[in-house]
Amino acid sequence: MSTPLVEVAGLSIGFRRPNGTTVPAVHDVSLQLMPGERLGIVGESGCGKSTLTLALLGYIRGNGTRMQGTVRREGVDLFALTEAELQQVRGAEIALVPQNAGQALAPHLTVGAQIADVLARHRDITGQPAQHQIVQLLRDMRFSDPDQIAVRYPHQLSGGQQQRIALAMALAGAPNVLVLDEPTTGLDVTTQAHLLLLLDEITRNTQMTTVVVSHDLGVIARTASRVIVMYAGEIVEDGLVSQVFANPRHPYTRGLIAALPRIDRPELPTAMAGQLEHDYTYQRCTFAPRCAFAQQICDTAPQLGVTEAMHRVRCHRWHEISNEVRPADVGTSVGRDEGSITMPVVLDIKNVAATYQRRRWQSWWRDDGVDVVRDVQIQLMAGQTCALVGESGSGKSTLARMITGLHPPRRGEIRLFDAPLHADVSRRSVAERRHVQLVFQNPDSSLNPRHTIAEILHRPQFVFFGRSRAESLAYSRDMLQNVRMDEAYLTRYPSQLSGGEKQRIAIARAFLAEPAVVVCDEVVSALDVSVQAAVLRLLVDMQQKSQTAYLFISHDLAVVRAVAQYVVVLYAGQVCEYGPAETVFSAPFHPYTAMLLAAVLSIDTTPAVDTLPQRIDVVDDSVHGCPFVARCPVAIAGVCETTPPPWQPAATGHALRCHHPRDVLGANQHPQV
Amino acid sequence: MKIRAFMKQLSFVSWVGIGLLVVHVVMALAAPWIAPYSPTAIDATQAMRPPSLQHWGGTDRYGRDIFSRVIYGGQIALVISLTSAALAVVGGGLIGVYVAYSGGFIDDVIMRLIDALISIPSVLLLLVIVTAFGSGNSVIIAAMVVSYLPGVVRVVRATALEYVPRDFIQAARIRGEKTIHIVRDELWPNILDVVFVEFAMNASWIVLAVSGLSFLGFGVNPPTPDWGLMVNENRAMLLLAPWGILYPMGAVATLVIALNLVSDAIANALGLDRSRGVPV
Repeated sequence: MSTPLVEVAGLSIGFRRPNGTTVPAVHDVSLQLMPGERLGIVGESGCGKSTLTLALLGYIRGNGTRMQGTVRREGVDLFALTEAELQQVRGAEIALVPQNAGQALAPHLTVGAQIADVLARHRDITGQPAQHQIVQLLRDMRFSDPDQIAVRYPHQLSGGQQQRIALAMALAGAPNVLVLDEPTTGLDVTTQAHLLLLLDEITRNTQMTTVVVSHDLGVIARTASRVIVMYAGEIVEDGLVSQVFANPRHPYTRGLIAALPRIDRPELPTAMAGQLEHDYTYQRCTFAPRCAFAQQICDTAPQLGVTEAMHRVRCHRWHEISNEVRPADVGTSVGRDEGSITMPVVLDIKNVAATYQRRRWQSWWRDDGVDVVRDVQIQLMAGQTCALVGESGSGKSTLARMITGLHPPRRGEIRLFDAPLHADVSRRSVAERRHVQLVFQNPDSSLNPRHTIAEILHRPQFVFFGRSRAESLAYSRDMLQNVRMDEAYLTRYPSQLSGGEKQRIAIARAFLAEPAVVVCDEVVSALDVSVQAAVLRLLVDMQQKSQTAYLFISHDLAVVRAVAQYVVVLYAGQVCEYGPAETVFSAPFHPYTAMLLAAVLSIDTTPAVDTLPQRIDVVDDSVHGCPFVARCPVAIAGVCETTPPPWQPAATGHALRCHHPRDVLGANQHPQV
Repeated sequence: MKIRAFMKQLSFVSWVGIGLLVVHVVMALAAPWIAPYSPTAIDATQAMRPPSLQHWGGTDRYGRDIFSRVIYGGQIALVISLTSAALAVVGGGLIGVYVAYSGGFIDDVIMRLIDALISIPSVLLLLVIVTAFGSGNSVIIAAMVVSYLPGVVRVVRATALEYVPRDFIQAARIRGEKTIHIVRDELWPNILDVVFVEFAMNASWIVLAVSGLSFLGFGVNPPTPDWGLMVNENRAMLLLAPWGILYPMGAVATLVIALNLVSDAIANALGLDRSRGVPV
């Protein structure tokens, strides 16, 4: 066996608080990175994975300190090097692709100049050879016009393109270890699929050693051969991806996998109990407070023990519990009786179109907007969840803004209980406003940081029911109980809550209005996997109690599969497929839906996407045909560009909009996801 | 608890600022008990005496006690500067938040008006107002508010713009809240830290401006004790009796420094000064 390329031994890193205490972020981590290995590090926010990653480059952020342990690269202790010596290692030997490339690229330099910088510094290549090298690197990144791309500034590129530039910059130094921190977070599913495919190609061809850090088990399954699961700064499980995901040993890993929504299963994932508390100590098992299997012995700290070849786990009881099934390990399916399709229609969205114009008072004399939503029709039924699926820029959020009265539709109308709903929220009646509630994507910005939870929950009750502070308190307490939170939270401020708790408060606020419709705009996409499962369950429970209709906006098809009875697929502001969930998730698919489904990552199987067509973001308004034509793998030349595709309904209530007949589409597709 | 945390992180310099300000405020409030003489009592036998045990600050050419006049002068300086700063900051702050929230036409019109006001040199503006409306205390306060409010509007608007697109504002709009609620209850508490800093900064500028006006003879009328006025009255005897100028100038300087240091202390505590690396 060869010697490890990077070896971390007993590494502990802590962050100093203003009050003098030190909070551990990484605790006693030891790992070896072999040449050519593809390592994945997975864990939820706050588990120390980013701190560990940066330590691999000999870097510790801000007020952090290395308390003990070493990081050695080919025998050299990185923390013993001077800053100048480290500069030689970073980029040239170990390169980092940072999270959120958009912020990591310098905004005032062209991307070509930034790559040239790396070449000059680490490889002494300048002038004409450097230009050739840049073009070659960009071509490797699958840019079709590398010369054009090199002279652009970062803000002129899309998120996926920026990420590829960051990757090109990392590779420009010809490193032998490539570290990627959350490489696809924030990207659309299809862009993500492209990037992962590209990464696969590059690293497999060059036998490069890679470390991928992600909160997404699917990304790890796709990019790594060995995985390290981190919890509270410790490695809790370490093994081959195939072993760990198929046969997880640690209760935390088991919980994570159970909490993952699956595209192939129409059921709610199982939430893990509790959350990572900040006052953990390493005197005992850090996961014990949340662990369903915890016993007396778990009050002592477990060691990372070997279970089988290449598989280590930090649990006292892994062997005893390996055959025990927690009740929570079994998913539950959402009530999905087909008869309920005849529930009363609550909200009827009729042929709406929307456009963004210049500032309102300047548009008196000009009308030059481009439609971002066109001819969308959706009916929301009581007690049902209708999912709205699409990539960023598909008009999902604009639709939410129209329903809530923040953006006027240009055409069409929205009807609530079969009465027209005014386009402007300030002209809607109290009852109309009360019945339409919105829960936002980002819980950090949806609660006023200067208001207590009591105040946040009081306000809608005052506006809609005229309750005084004292009167509202009883209702707020009840509602907190419904969203499974303690009433002690009433006196707290949002900054004292975790992301999942904030989202619960946002949901509580919406339901205190006793609404008929709740628009959920990407409500779980900012949350950790285990929290996401709990919030999904909460939403379903609340709906079953109150028979509220949901418009569930999401880009995550696996989440949609878990909660929705009805699915509408939106592309470039137009509906291209709709129907009851199981008809949308089974063939025939619209080519766009098929593409989205193919891009979904799963931890069980490696999806067979090898030929994803290039993504084109521009929606050409002059095209009168199918909006998807530019990306469609089965477009019919001469027809799809010019003629709008016809709707093809089926008896099941399913319909898709394509020139290909349903049976032709279905013949080449997998019948069921 | 919050106040204790605030006090804990204050630097030595901040404490000096706070100490100076407290001394000034106490002197102004307790003037009748502290001042050894009446500020306006004339005693020709004691004219132009240098500082001594009887007259700590010496006397002017009418035999008025300089120290007593400096103490009483603080009343005028503090009342005018704090009142006008408060009015300018609250008024400018509310306008700034409202404009940031409204956007569009209202924003364009009001901000161009503010630009127009800012483009007039403030000394000129002050002189015009005082000349036109006389030099009573209320006119001076009004003049100060008109000159210093536009700056506050700009700063507060810029800060509020950061909060306007946040989802909790959208949530309030969807709830159907009135503009006054959104401005006062949703946005205002979030920009309060900036308002405090602006208050201290503006107060210090206004102290200088008020003294300047009085010095030029457009401010407070004699024989009211006022620092700027004292400097003007005693400047003829600069070489014979420098104490007549040094004491009021020292008072202006220390008050301005105190207000600046306090403003820095607030800014630091709230993380507004990024140069010191304080997290926001």
